Amino acid sequence: MAARVLVGVKRVIDYAVKIRVKPDNTGVVTDGVKHSMNPFCEIAVEEAVRLKEKKLVKEVVAVSCGPQQVQETIRTALAMGADRGIHVEVSGKDYDTLGPLQVSKILAALAKKEEASLVILGKQGTFASEVTIDGDKIKVIREIDGGLETIKINMPAVVTADLRLNTPRYATLPNIMKAKKKKIASVKPGELGVDLTSRLEVLRVEEPAQRQAGVKVETVEDLVGKLKEAGRI
Amino acid sequence: MSALIKARKAVGLAVGCGARSLTQLAELPELHQMMRQTCRDYADRELAPIAAQLDKSHTFPAKQVCELGAMGVMAVEVPESLGGAGMDYLAYSLAIEELSRGCASTGVIASVNNSLYLGPVLKFGSEEQKQQWIPPFTTGEKVGCFALSEPGNGSDAGAASTVARQDGGEWVLNGTKAWITNCWDASASVVFATTDKSLKHKGISAFLVPMPHPGLSLGKKEDKLGIRASSTANIILEDCRVPLGNLLGERGMGFKIAMQTLDSGRIGIASQALGIAQAALDCAADYAHKRTAFGAPIAKMQAIQFKLADMAVALESARLLTWKASMLRDAKKPFSKEAAMAKLAASEAATFCSHQAIQVLGGMGYVTDMPAERHYRDARITEIYEGTSEIQRLVIANQVLKEYQQ
Repeated sequence: MAARVLVGVKRVIDYAVKIRVKPDNTGVVTDGVKHSMNPFCEIAVEEAVRLKEKKLVKEVVAVSCGPQQVQETIRTALAMGADRGIHVEVSGKDYDTLGPLQVSKILAALAKKEEASLVILGKQGTFASEVTIDGDKIKVIREIDGGLETIKINMPAVVTADLRLNTPRYATLPNIMKAKKKKIASVKPGELGVDLTSRLEVLRVEEPAQRQAGVKVETVEDLVGKLKEAGRI
Repeated sequence: MSALIKARKAVGLAVGCGARSLTQLAELPELHQMMRQTCRDYADRELAPIAAQLDKSHTFPAKQVCELGAMGVMAVEVPESLGGAGMDYLAYSLAIEELSRGCASTGVIASVNNSLYLGPVLKFGSEEQKQQWIPPFTTGEKVGCFALSEPGNGSDAGAASTVARQDGGEWVLNGTKAWITNCWDASASVVFATTDKSLKHKGISAFLVPMPHPGLSLGKKEDKLGIRASSTANIILEDCRVPLGNLLGERGMGFKIAMQTLDSGRIGIASQALGIAQAALDCAADYAHKRTAFGAPIAKMQAIQFKLADMAVALESARLLTWKASMLRDAKKPFSKEAAMAKLAASEAATFCSHQAIQVLGGMGYVTDMPAERHYRDARITEIYEGTSEIQRLVIANQVLKEYQQ
């Protein structure tokens, strides 16, 4: 039985909130704005907990990188059924410039340190719509443009979760209480041997252009005419 | 000088004992915040989108009640050993408020099950009764109800005319109960009947009756102004027989059981009213930002701002009263006065907020396209059931006068 699953959970602005750009165009407004776990991360946690319930894995560890507040997100994962959490402390300027490169280095270092057989993340990447563990291999069904593809991969492996993988559970009240007793360990990126310097520099953040009203046309000729007018063809 | 120091020490001691309570009034503990957020997420995603439809079709939200059962929300205070969530009354109050903000009917269904059915069984039931009558009602698959009111008496609970007589190894119940929430969807009821009319309110006893059951029939579903997804009807008992072991507590204890149960139930209804008031305020404030008149969003107008401010104050004051009542109950201190104050304040806040919300929305507040009209209809009952506002005032006055007993 696979020992350990690592699940990455990211604290993001709640998907229902209207995002506003800061007046100085250096980023988006995050102060006082509602944050929650990235919905795709919820799906990843749900999958990990289901694997544990099916006794295919022994332990689910939730990981998040960021300042003190990400502990709330880790606690939510614990309330959904993860066994323990790891908070990688990143704050201030380092947090502002924290990008996929640094996070993946951190997760790789943690996966090695924790001897994780499987890392499940919210999608972008190879996304799974079904995951089962078969002996020491993982069988993944993933959605590709042409249809569904079934692949078998060796562990340790990284799998990312798509929308259709599962419907995340609501934490039950008893589990919320139990989550309080579960441990969240704090770790500094330096301890994992990860260098946080960013290779990217944010020059400016702007709101997307306002959507213009559309124009209705009667015939295909009109459409072609309008497109030519707008210089599109 | 020393008197001041003594006084400060005394206050310090009091604050020390209640420090947890005072900080909780300022900010909820992490556990409660998480719980509140979970209930809010559920209400936003699963209840709010269907509330209008449930109201229109008078449909009991069976699927959602089961999901809430799985979350532990249908039996918040019941210990885990009996299938509940094992949390405190403050957590329960938060849960009901959040549910009611999404759908007031679902809020009352959960509240009645928690406070009016599971409450008395938990408090007054024997070990055997608890084992039999609690676990199936924690999962959401079964809900209970509370049969106290009758066509002839609501506020005058002591004048019960439903009778129970002993016949061999059974109790035989006869009479009619009125306005029973959940009854068309319930699998059990706590029924109050008099076992000795001459003793007046001291002759009333409480009985556990399964539903359906021979001798128990239901009247037609009331066509209500609001909370239409919950069923309300008469329960008619005609030689309804239950085993002697179905007596809850002792003979003659019924009135005491009813009053103590309602004390706690009041906090549940106060919470429901808070949820409705919050939903009304949310609706009005959101609309005020978007609706323009005289060249600007109406949120810029003082008349609208004053309304929103009054709504917010009424709501927040009622909420703090409700939290205080819950915390006193959790600390096993007397809480009747505070519970009555909470219910009174919250229900009047709900009707006030929903009334003003319609006013802010103008014509849009009067049509079903917006939820304001449903909040207005849902709010109204909170001033009536589980103790009318008039009864609450009597309870409060009683307690206040006791404090000044000559």
